[in-house]
Amino acid sequence: MSVAAKSVSGAGFDVERARADFPILQQKVHGKPLVYLDNAATAQKPRAVIEAISRYYEGTNSNVHRGVHYLSEQATNEYEEVRRTAQKFLNAADPREIIFVRGTTEGINLVAQSFGRSNVQAGDEILITGMEHHSNIVPWQIVSDERAATLRAAPINDAGELDLEAFSKMIGPKTKLVAVTHVSNALGTVNPVRRMVEIAHSFQVPVLVDGAQAAPHMKVDVQALGCDFYTFSGHKVYGPTGIGVLYGRAALLEKMPPYQGGGDMILSVTFEKTVYNRLPYKFEAGTPHIAGVIGLGAALDYVNRLGLEQIGAHESELLRYATDTLSAIPGLRIIGTARDKASVLSFTIEDIHPHDIGTILDQQGVAIRTGHHCSQPVMQHFGVEATARASFGLYNTKEEVDTLVRAIERAREVFE
Amino acid sequence: MSDLGDLYRELILEHSKAPRNFRQSPAATRKAEGFNPLCGDRFTVYLTIEGDSIRDISFQGSGCAISKASASMMTQAVKGKSAAQAGRLFESFHRLCTGQPHSNADAELGKLTVFSGVSEYPMRVKCATLAWHTLQAALEGKQETTTE
Repeated sequence: MSVAAKSVSGAGFDVERARADFPILQQKVHGKPLVYLDNAATAQKPRAVIEAISRYYEGTNSNVHRGVHYLSEQATNEYEEVRRTAQKFLNAADPREIIFVRGTTEGINLVAQSFGRSNVQAGDEILITGMEHHSNIVPWQIVSDERAATLRAAPINDAGELDLEAFSKMIGPKTKLVAVTHVSNALGTVNPVRRMVEIAHSFQVPVLVDGAQAAPHMKVDVQALGCDFYTFSGHKVYGPTGIGVLYGRAALLEKMPPYQGGGDMILSVTFEKTVYNRLPYKFEAGTPHIAGVIGLGAALDYVNRLGLEQIGAHESELLRYATDTLSAIPGLRIIGTARDKASVLSFTIEDIHPHDIGTILDQQGVAIRTGHHCSQPVMQHFGVEATARASFGLYNTKEEVDTLVRAIERAREVFE
Repeated sequence: MSDLGDLYRELILEHSKAPRNFRQSPAATRKAEGFNPLCGDRFTVYLTIEGDSIRDISFQGSGCAISKASASMMTQAVKGKSAAQAGRLFESFHRLCTGQPHSNADAELGKLTVFSGVSEYPMRVKCATLAWHTLQAALEGKQETTTE
């Protein structure tokens, strides 16, 4: 048995204290303490988030932007306060640039349908990368097919890093949009987004950044990145499912047609003509997920309180420790060895299918993801059908990495 | 807690490491491809039908230990059987995997009862039955099937 160092990270981040904030982590699975290493799929929720949602339903529930009564005013205030929280979270210039969506997938689809359909013409190109999640491929395929445009993917190398030179050469006068993930969900690669934006902007090409795997792990500053759209999901940043944020530069959003029609996105409707509401409401048709927004606000407050720099430093240390210890396991291959990585450790083990690894680990209380991670082109690049993926969150510890390693050793025993 | 040994029985591991009838059959009269989009398991089942009987059966592809061993043992179990007999065997096997075995399952299934542990792992039922679904598709003259 290995004796792990006590899990207090260098930056003074108190992981044991943070763990106590997450009720779900106290349980046992198959008689073993839960070791939750599937954070790239969804993160667990701190009590602050759960209580904020209860509090909303018990004390504030009402529709927003409509009623003149007390509860509606309260709900509207809380809802709009979260917009300002999200604005600060991304360092956006203006709260009007923050649109609440269901999640990253809807954020991308909104831009594809609204910006894409009004800007992409026959013969045009949309540029993505070879490490995108299906949700940053398929929406662009839909637009490309409809517009007889071409979807191109910049290649990645065998470490799982973007080939920046090839990327630069693939942008040209036909390119109408670049869509890139900030952090790869399958590989953990952190893309040089700031540099990519510079390159794209030198061709006057706007850039959308899929921030689903970045927002939980690092401070995001959309003005410093210079990107035109940035989107992330609440549930991966310790908030509820079904809510996310799309940031868009106001100048672009103003020109874009609505994504969905309905209530709240209009100023006036007659059968002849509808006048659309101003930003951001133009893009928020219908009664929104108000409780989700309240929960998201509590989640952002929570990670802000802990500090994203501290969280990121703690997770980097965990990732380094896990990479070192797992690399020592015979037959284990790490998929994705980029120099700059965040949170994700994808691997295969010789002669053991990832699905079998997943089941054997689960029996020992260790939750990981197995499969293609909605990134089939990435799997094809590495010549694998699937990988096992451990992904870390702020509450994970080195002791849990040790449990993961013991569980993998158990899998190797079963298949010996 | 269910014991891992109940799922990964010795015979299953042995078949997963050295699957029987694991080859393409260019002369096959029927073939079908089975795909589990959830985990990427993919098998092709080749059949040579003579009259009403499965004269030869083989498979190719990749998947987890459960799906591969199940495919391997299936090829042994249905060779020489009629389509109707193979269909009944699948029905009985499916009931075993979902924890509702026939009272005479042991007699019907023979060695295939080694998969009884799958019923404790609902997520793995599709792995155990992928090859069987594919066989069924081939017998019905379909080209492909998925477990979704």
